[in-house]
Amino acid sequence: MSDSRLTVFKTYKLYVGGKFPRSESGRVYKVSDPEGKWLANVPQSSRKDARDAVVAARKAFGGWSGATAYNRGQILYRVAEMLEGRREQFAREVADAEGLAESEAEAVVDAAVDRWVWYAGWTDKIGQVVGGANPVAGPFFNLSTPEPTGVVAVLAPQESSLLGLVSVIAPVIATGNTAVVVASAARPLPALSLGEVLATSDLPGGVVNILSGRTAELAAPLASHQDVNAIDLTGAAGDAASAKELEAAAADNLKRVRRPRPANGGGDGEDWTADPGTHRLTAFLETKTVWHPTGALGAAGSSY
Amino acid sequence: MAFAFDYAPAPESRSVVDIAPSYGLFIDGEFTEAADGKVFKTLSPSTEEVLSEVAQAGAEDVDRAVRAARKAFGKWSALPGTERAKYLFRIARIIQERSRELAVLETLDNGKPIRETRDADLPLVAAHFFYYAGWADKLGHAGYGPDPRPLGVAGQIIPWNFPLLMLAWKIAPALATGNTVVLKPAETTPLSALFFADICRQAGLPKGVVNILTGYGDAGSALVAHPDVNKVAFTGSTAVGKDIARRIAGTDKRATLELGGKGANIVFDDAPVDQAVEGIVTGIFFNQGQVCCAGSRLLVQESVHDEVLDALKRRLTTLRLGDPLDKNTDIGAINSAQQLARITALAETGEAEGAERWTAPCELPSSGYWFAPTLFTGVSQAHTIARDEIFGPVLSVLTFRTPDEAVAKANNSQYGLSAGIWTEKGSRILAVAGKLRAGVVWANTFNKFDPTSPFGGYKESGHGREGGRHGLEAYLDV
Repeated sequence: MSDSRLTVFKTYKLYVGGKFPRSESGRVYKVSDPEGKWLANVPQSSRKDARDAVVAARKAFGGWSGATAYNRGQILYRVAEMLEGRREQFAREVADAEGLAESEAEAVVDAAVDRWVWYAGWTDKIGQVVGGANPVAGPFFNLSTPEPTGVVAVLAPQESSLLGLVSVIAPVIATGNTAVVVASAARPLPALSLGEVLATSDLPGGVVNILSGRTAELAAPLASHQDVNAIDLTGAAGDAASAKELEAAAADNLKRVRRPRPANGGGDGEDWTADPGTHRLTAFLETKTVWHPTGALGAAGSSY
Repeated sequence: MAFAFDYAPAPESRSVVDIAPSYGLFIDGEFTEAADGKVFKTLSPSTEEVLSEVAQAGAEDVDRAVRAARKAFGKWSALPGTERAKYLFRIARIIQERSRELAVLETLDNGKPIRETRDADLPLVAAHFFYYAGWADKLGHAGYGPDPRPLGVAGQIIPWNFPLLMLAWKIAPALATGNTVVLKPAETTPLSALFFADICRQAGLPKGVVNILTGYGDAGSALVAHPDVNKVAFTGSTAVGKDIARRIAGTDKRATLELGGKGANIVFDDAPVDQAVEGIVTGIFFNQGQVCCAGSRLLVQESVHDEVLDALKRRLTTLRLGDPLDKNTDIGAINSAQQLARITALAETGEAEGAERWTAPCELPSSGYWFAPTLFTGVSQAHTIARDEIFGPVLSVLTFRTPDEAVAKANNSQYGLSAGIWTEKGSRILAVAGKLRAGVVWANTFNKFDPTSPFGGYKESGHGREGGRHGLEAYLDV
């Protein structure tokens, strides 16, 4: 390849409803690496973009929550496959976003791939772990089953642009919810590229919607949106006052709220390399308990 | 409709319960007056007779009770699980021993029929303590890690519709997991919680582990706001639940909220009509309809609407309304004048908006707070009585043609607590139950409860689950 060849820049776009729109506002903002070198102009989403994303997520909810857990697991695993195939691209983007050395960034991407695989395996197991038959004192068949809560707004971690991002999205959709994700404000490029991975992973459009922009501007309308069922405030970890306001706004329709881990002086407040456990899966699950009479046959319990 | 013969009165004796003329707050194992000396009276809703006078807690009393609970927390949480379990087993046994007394007391203070306090409330209260007693020494096996820790001091606020049962739902899991509690019963039904305080003393429960503050909303509000409360458990209205969620925002306080409901009871055309009618009656007239998970919206398939309604009206004419202490009484008194006014106003709204009202023919006693079983037909989804929780013996009847329409109408609510399905077809039960956005679905039965079974709502019916293994999570640091 000739040294004089000019590279082709990528126009970063949002990922909403399975499509790649620009922000309806027409706004973009500059994204730079930690040294201040310009990387790209990315869409600065508006409140309208956030509302559009909720509509897309709601539309996708019926199909995604109704898919079999096995099918969801297949698709999540497919995401891992697609991400693995783009390892170099993501390593570069993560290195640029987080100021990491090449090998460190590769380790981050590997961990992100592994995290998709971990959650892919959970889709058809969580129901057995947290649900089950209840031995009630009466002639009833009584079963508790976990079900997705609905549309979940996710404020992605501000620092961990890929591993943290994957760690908050995968558990939400593994359990059958759909997500509206607000990417890290300063480090959105891996998130916007992840949209491209999701779009080619058999994931139905609208299951994950990714917005870039100012977190505070997008979080407020999502926290008060009456058709959002839950909000993950992880990305507000560095701003306790804002997290409190968002939680209070979420009370208007009693959204499930996942509070951020306190992060003194900014950051995510989380160790994304640690074993994730099941917390992020159960945080966005409801429990439905169904009762049915068994009848009380005279022969039940008789000797044979 | 005339009866062939009347029932002879069969009143349960009041002599099994000894209500003192006045009660104090139960703080740190002692009964004590409110700091500012305030008191209020509690009435029997069926006669408006004053039963007793109880202390009215204020912010200072809340602080005292929370400090007592904090002081007790260290030792209580450090007890081996087997020891905590034995205290809970003791409490369960004493409740069983004093079950008759507590049933009569609850009926007097709440107005609900003795048939329900005796056969539903009290057995379930004892069962809850037994169930959670058994968890106390098995917490490492509950799926919340090998050594889950308690949260600390739990502030618990309960409603007036099931005073003792809601107390059991709150206190049993809290104590089993090693928390200490400050509980505020509703202002119209304070007595059974105070009797429970005496049970704690009989059981030898360490001082300060359970504290009972009788009082009004301001005391509940102070409890929620207290900086040394780690966990808020609330059962009550959605409006108050939202307020609590707002006020604990940005704090470390955990919360479980069991709020309102507008349950859909769906009757398909192949349902056995007589059984469905019994289920409809249980769904909306149990406890005078003052149940958050009541089946207050009846969705009947159009083809059987007339048949079901005829059978339902026929059944309602046989319900006996009157003295709650009479063992033959089905429908007791509404809990308070305020609640009666709310039910009355909402029923009038139903008429004003054009729904057709039918009221069971029964004579209402001259004193006390009463509302005859009532149903509205011709109700649309836009009607106030199809959307707002009435919390009284008022049923709104809607129709549907297809299962999809039934599901869409059932889910068309801000609430998501309960639902019922009546059909002979098993696959239809599973299909419909799967699509309903509700925490509890009763198929071919209604209003069944059990300590092993998680209970709680979707959407604006609240956060979290009570009962079962799931109920432990709310009191553990997980």
